Amino acid sequence: MAEKKTLGQEFSKGLIKENPVLRLVLGTCPTLAVSTSIENAIGMGIAATLVLICSNIVISALKKVIPNKVRIPCYIVVIAAFVTIVQLLVKAFAPDLDASLGIYLPLIVVNCIILGRAEGFANKNSVIASAVDGIGMGVGFTIALTLMAAVREFFGSGNLTLKVLGFGTTLTDIFGLGEKDVLTAIGLEPILIFILAPGGFFTFGLLMACANKLAEKNGKPKAELKGCEACPMAATCAMKADGKECAE
Amino acid sequence: MELNNKLTVSASPHVKSAETTTGIMLDVIIALIPAGVASIFVFGLKALAVIAVSVAACVLAEFLSRKAMKREQTIGDLSAVVTGLLLAYNLPATMPLWEVALGAVIAIVVVKQMFGGIGQNFVNPALLARIVLMSAFPARMSAGAMAGTNITGWDVEAATGATPMGMISLADGLKDGAPSLMDMFIGTTSGCLGEVSALALMLGGLYLIIRKVISPIIPVAYIGTVAIITLIAFGDVNAMLYEVLGGGLMIGAIFMATDYTTSPITNKGKWIYAICAGLLTCLIRLFGSLPEGVSFSIIIMNILVPHIENATKPTIFGTVKEKKNKEADA
Repeated sequence: MAEKKTLGQEFSKGLIKENPVLRLVLGTCPTLAVSTSIENAIGMGIAATLVLICSNIVISALKKVIPNKVRIPCYIVVIAAFVTIVQLLVKAFAPDLDASLGIYLPLIVVNCIILGRAEGFANKNSVIASAVDGIGMGVGFTIALTLMAAVREFFGSGNLTLKVLGFGTTLTDIFGLGEKDVLTAIGLEPILIFILAPGGFFTFGLLMACANKLAEKNGKPKAELKGCEACPMAATCAMKADGKECAE
Repeated sequence: MELNNKLTVSASPHVKSAETTTGIMLDVIIALIPAGVASIFVFGLKALAVIAVSVAACVLAEFLSRKAMKREQTIGDLSAVVTGLLLAYNLPATMPLWEVALGAVIAIVVVKQMFGGIGQNFVNPALLARIVLMSAFPARMSAGAMAGTNITGWDVEAATGATPMGMISLADGLKDGAPSLMDMFIGTTSGCLGEVSALALMLGGLYLIIRKVISPIIPVAYIGTVAIITLIAFGDVNAMLYEVLGGGLMIGAIFMATDYTTSPITNKGKWIYAICAGLLTCLIRLFGSLPEGVSFSIIIMNILVPHIENATKPTIFGTVKEKKNKEADA
């Protein structure tokens, strides 16, 4: 974080270059758990993005008030407050989504992306930059989740639920297949393992490889780094920001 | 110049031998032929199609992935053909051919080439592909085609039944309608292509042992462990023979567990590896919810091989065995 970035760059870095899931490898637990259908993925992405933007703004605004020694508990309190609001909203207006996300909705509190951005970005940047960072990271998270869900759902169940918060359609409805799924209709059959955990890890690995390739093309050097630069947490590491090297 | 051509400059070991990877793989292919012939005889042309697609897809996947990674071609060493044959022998004849090809791609690209090609795979490629296909298409993999119903037929889906391993359990013993031991020995029962004929597999195993391609330790210890444990568990020689001849134990112990890359080098290591694999197989068969556990137990032992190697490292020639001295460590 040497040179100052423009707001546009703060936003766009979250999409590919510093995509929270595919490049920083944060928030992998909800990524693997809810990326079994596009509807869930988008719902989760929106919920996490809302929390991320709000907590980034508040933490950035309070960065001079919060004592350094107890900053993590303070962040968690702020994040938990917003998660509760989002959870109650989802429960009230999208009960189906609440049912399918289950425990992963309240678990946004401990989502590393949100705490990571609070620790690594919001506590040393302006309110506006933090808000933009939150939007960029949130969109990056949603894109990664949706891509993974698209691959897993299509191969795993032969269908795509192109729905946002209950509105929209499914791939089988578009083709008018009724009960049949798309893969069965063209003479193949759904590959169940994509819906299961191993398929999730496999898709995750392939998407990470693609993101690395894309990020390198965009001018970032190949990831052969030493010391702090090699650490996946470097972008959000508090010790590095203080100018210290960690033990590893 | 002439000197350069006659001398090979390389790191040790400097043992010269006519043995090549291609030669060993060719021996394995020869050893696998009887089981292939038996499967075609039992299941008909569909079995031939599964074998052909599996081998072709493996070789093609190896060729394309080496090309894409810009590495030298290795299809000449025939290891992809062996993987293709083993994969086909681990699938039922009713498997749709595109799923067979998918399994071949997983074996070669994901398990073998992504980890660095021949000699670098951390588990047996054909076995892992079988497990992936088992999780991907559970219904397809558990239904074995019945034997003798389909010498030329392609539509064999109607004639499927429980594989022999589904007919025996610790609670009920042998169920009625289970195939006779003789049928299982010769191979006229249901199951995966290479599972059915214990006789053909034993012939192949004998050839490999005589040609010194594999050491008899792993197959003998593996099958022996399963035999002893099932004999104790069932208290019945018939049930014991049934467990030994049925399922993937023969092909697993002879052809899959003995893979050079994923089995220990030392004899002591081989004993540990094979006995543990036998224990795991019995645990899964007798107490697990799956009827068959050979593939999982071999994969688990494959992953443990580096630790077995570490524990059974022989003393280096000319040195004494290191004594455990805690004070020296501190």
